Amino acid sequence: MKTVRVLIVDDHRLFRSGVRAELGPSIQVIGEADDVDSAVAAIADLEPDVVLLDVHMPGGGGQEVLKRVLGPGSQVRFLALSVSDAAEDVIGVIRGGARGYVTKTISGAELTDAIIRVSDGDAVFSPRLAGFVLDAFASTEAPPIDPELDSLTQREREVLRLIARGYAYKEIAKELFISVKTVETHVSSVLRKLQLSNRHELSRWATARRLV
Amino acid sequence: MRTPIRAGFPGRSPPHSPAVPIGSEVRRQKEGPEGRDALSGTSQGHALMRAVRRRVTMLAQMSAVTDCVAEMSVIPEVGIRVRETEVSKAPEAYPRLVRPVKGRVIAGVAQGAAAQLRLDPVVLRLAFVLLTVVDGLGFVAYAALWMFTPKEQVKGREPGRDWGQLAAYGVLWLALAAFGWMTGASSGGFGTWPIAVGGIGALILWQQADPGRRQRWMTGAVKQVSTTWVRTIIGALLVAVGAVGFLAASGELAKARTGLVFTAVVVGGILMIAAPYLASLVKELQRERTERIRQEERAEVAAHVHDSVLHTLTLIQRNASDAREVTRLARSQERELRNWLYQPKQDADATLAAAVRRVAAEEEDAHGVPIEVVCVGDCELTDGLVALLHAARQAMVNAAKYSESPVISVYAEVEADEVTVFVRDRGKGFVLDDVPEDRMGIRQSIIGRMERHGGSARVRTEPGDGTEVMLTMKRNT
Repeated sequence: MKTVRVLIVDDHRLFRSGVRAELGPSIQVIGEADDVDSAVAAIADLEPDVVLLDVHMPGGGGQEVLKRVLGPGSQVRFLALSVSDAAEDVIGVIRGGARGYVTKTISGAELTDAIIRVSDGDAVFSPRLAGFVLDAFASTEAPPIDPELDSLTQREREVLRLIARGYAYKEIAKELFISVKTVETHVSSVLRKLQLSNRHELSRWATARRLV
Repeated sequence: MRTPIRAGFPGRSPPHSPAVPIGSEVRRQKEGPEGRDALSGTSQGHALMRAVRRRVTMLAQMSAVTDCVAEMSVIPEVGIRVRETEVSKAPEAYPRLVRPVKGRVIAGVAQGAAAQLRLDPVVLRLAFVLLTVVDGLGFVAYAALWMFTPKEQVKGREPGRDWGQLAAYGVLWLALAAFGWMTGASSGGFGTWPIAVGGIGALILWQQADPGRRQRWMTGAVKQVSTTWVRTIIGALLVAVGAVGFLAASGELAKARTGLVFTAVVVGGILMIAAPYLASLVKELQRERTERIRQEERAEVAAHVHDSVLHTLTLIQRNASDAREVTRLARSQERELRNWLYQPKQDADATLAAAVRRVAAEEEDAHGVPIEVVCVGDCELTDGLVALLHAARQAMVNAAKYSESPVISVYAEVEADEVTVFVRDRGKGFVLDDVPEDRMGIRQSIIGRMERHGGSARVRTEPGDGTEVMLTMKRNT
C-alpha cells in the first residue's frame, strides 16, 4: 500500500503534533505550516499529496490558501479540518476547492481513512456537511437554472441522507445494494455540484445561517 | 466529589454583576454538607480546602479586575479628558501666566491667557482680532500682555509659528476691518461694543459646543490647518453677509424690506448660535449609542465566558482525577459554546431543530455519551412532533444506556409533509423479538407512543451491528 504524503496546516502547534501522533502508518507527514504564507510556500516546495487545512488561520484562513494554490494543473488535494461548525465556513472551503470537510473531533482512524480517500480523488463528507448540503439544496422551490448542476439526483440524496444518519461508506453500500466505489462516485458528484453550481441559494443559504 | 453546579449557559440573558455569584457559589459549595463530610479530617482534605480557597480568592480577584476594566472602558473619553486636565492643573493651584512657544501664532499671548482661563486659545485669538477692529483696543491689550508675560522656557530649538493659523486670523482681521471701515463703526462709540461682545459670545458658544473639535484645536497640530481654513472662509462669508445686511438696513431701503432683512438676520443669528449645539447633540447621541451597543455586546460576551467557560474550567480542575466527569464537562461546555457561536438563535420550545438539539444535549449530559446531531430543515412544533421528540429521547436513552456505542448519531429531517428522526448507534445491538413484552422502553415509549399520535416507528437492529430507530410523523397532526 502506498503511503500518502501529507502537509498539516494549522496555527495551533499542539493540534499539529496531536494529528501527527494519531495518523496511521500509511500516512507520512512531510511538513507543517502555521499560516497562509508558509502554507503556500510549503505546498510549492514539498508537493504533498494531501493538505490538511485549517479553516481559521492568521492571514486569511484556509480559503486564502485554496485561492492561492489551486489553479489549472495543480495536483494537490485539500481536506479541510476545522473546529468550526459554521455553515458558511463549511460551504466556503468546499466551494473554494477542498475535497472534504471534517471536524477536529474526528478520531485518528477516521481521519486516516479520510486522507486516503481524498488522496484517491474522492470526496469526504462528514455527517454535518451532508446535512448542510441537503439543507442548502432543499431550501428553495425556485426552478434550477442548470438542472444538471443545480439539483441532486434521488440517489445522491439517499447517499447524503445516510451519511447524515452516521453511516460509513461501506454501510451505505450495503444498505443501498451498491458498491463502495459507486457510493464514492455519488459523493464526488455531489461535491462537484456543490463547487460548480452557481445557484444563488447556496451562498445565500450559507450567509443566512451565519451568526448575527 | 459530584458537584451540584451545572455549568450555566446564560444564553442571551442580561449580564449580571460577575463578582458575587461565582465566588459565593463556590463558597456555598465548599461549606455545603457533602463538601464538609468528604473533606474534613484527612490531610488530603485540607490540601483540597486550601486549593479551593485559593481558587475562590483568585476568582474574586479576577472578577474584580474584569469589573475595573469594564468600568474604565465605559467612559474612555471622559477618563482621558479628566486625566489631562488634572495633569495640567496639578503642578500648582494658581499657575503663572506664561507665553507658550509651542503652537504660538504670534507670541503665544492668547494661548497663555487661554490656558489660564481654561478656554480654547482660538476664542481668545478671535477676541483679540475683534477688539483690534474696535478702536485698536486689541493691539494695545496684546502688546501689553506680550511685554508683561514671561516666555515659557523650552529646551532645544524653538518650534516655529503656526503660519496657517496666522494667515487665517489675518484674513479675518482684514474682513472685520473692512466691515468696520464701511459702516464707520470702528471710529468708536457705543454702537460697536455690542458687535464685539456678541461676536466673542458667539465664539465661545461655537467652541464650547464641540468638545471633540476643541480637543483637536488644543493640540494645535499643523495638519489641522485645512479645517481651520474652511472654518475661516465660512466665518468670513458670514461676516460679509452680515455686512451686506447691515448696509441694506442702513441704506434707506424700503421700510418693509428692512424689517424682513432684520428678521432674516435675527433668525440667521439664532440658527448660528443653535446649530452647533444641535449638531453636537446629535453627534454625541450617536456616539453614546454605538458606545452603549459595544458595551452591551462586550458585557454579554464577558458574562458568557465568565458563567460558562471559566466556571467549567474551574470544575474541570477540581474533578481532574475523574476522567469521565472531565470529559463530560468539556464536552458539554464545547457544545454550549458551539451553539452560542454558530447556531442561529432558536427557541427550543417552538421549533423542532432546536428542540432536538436540546433533547440530545440533555441526554448527552445525563449519560456521558456524545450525541452528534444533524438537522435538515426546521418547522414549528406540533403535538405530534412533541410526541416524536419524546420517542426520540427514549431512543437516545436506550442507545446511551445499553448499546455501549462510543457515539450516537441523530439525524432529523423536515420535509414538506412529514418529519423523520433517525437515532443510530454502533453498539452491540440486540434481537428485537427477544425483548420481553413488559419492557416499556421500546414497545411503549417509542413504538406505542408514535402510533398513538399517528406516526410510525421502525427499529432496525442486529447483534453486533448497532441499532437504528426511525421515527416518522406527519407535520399537520
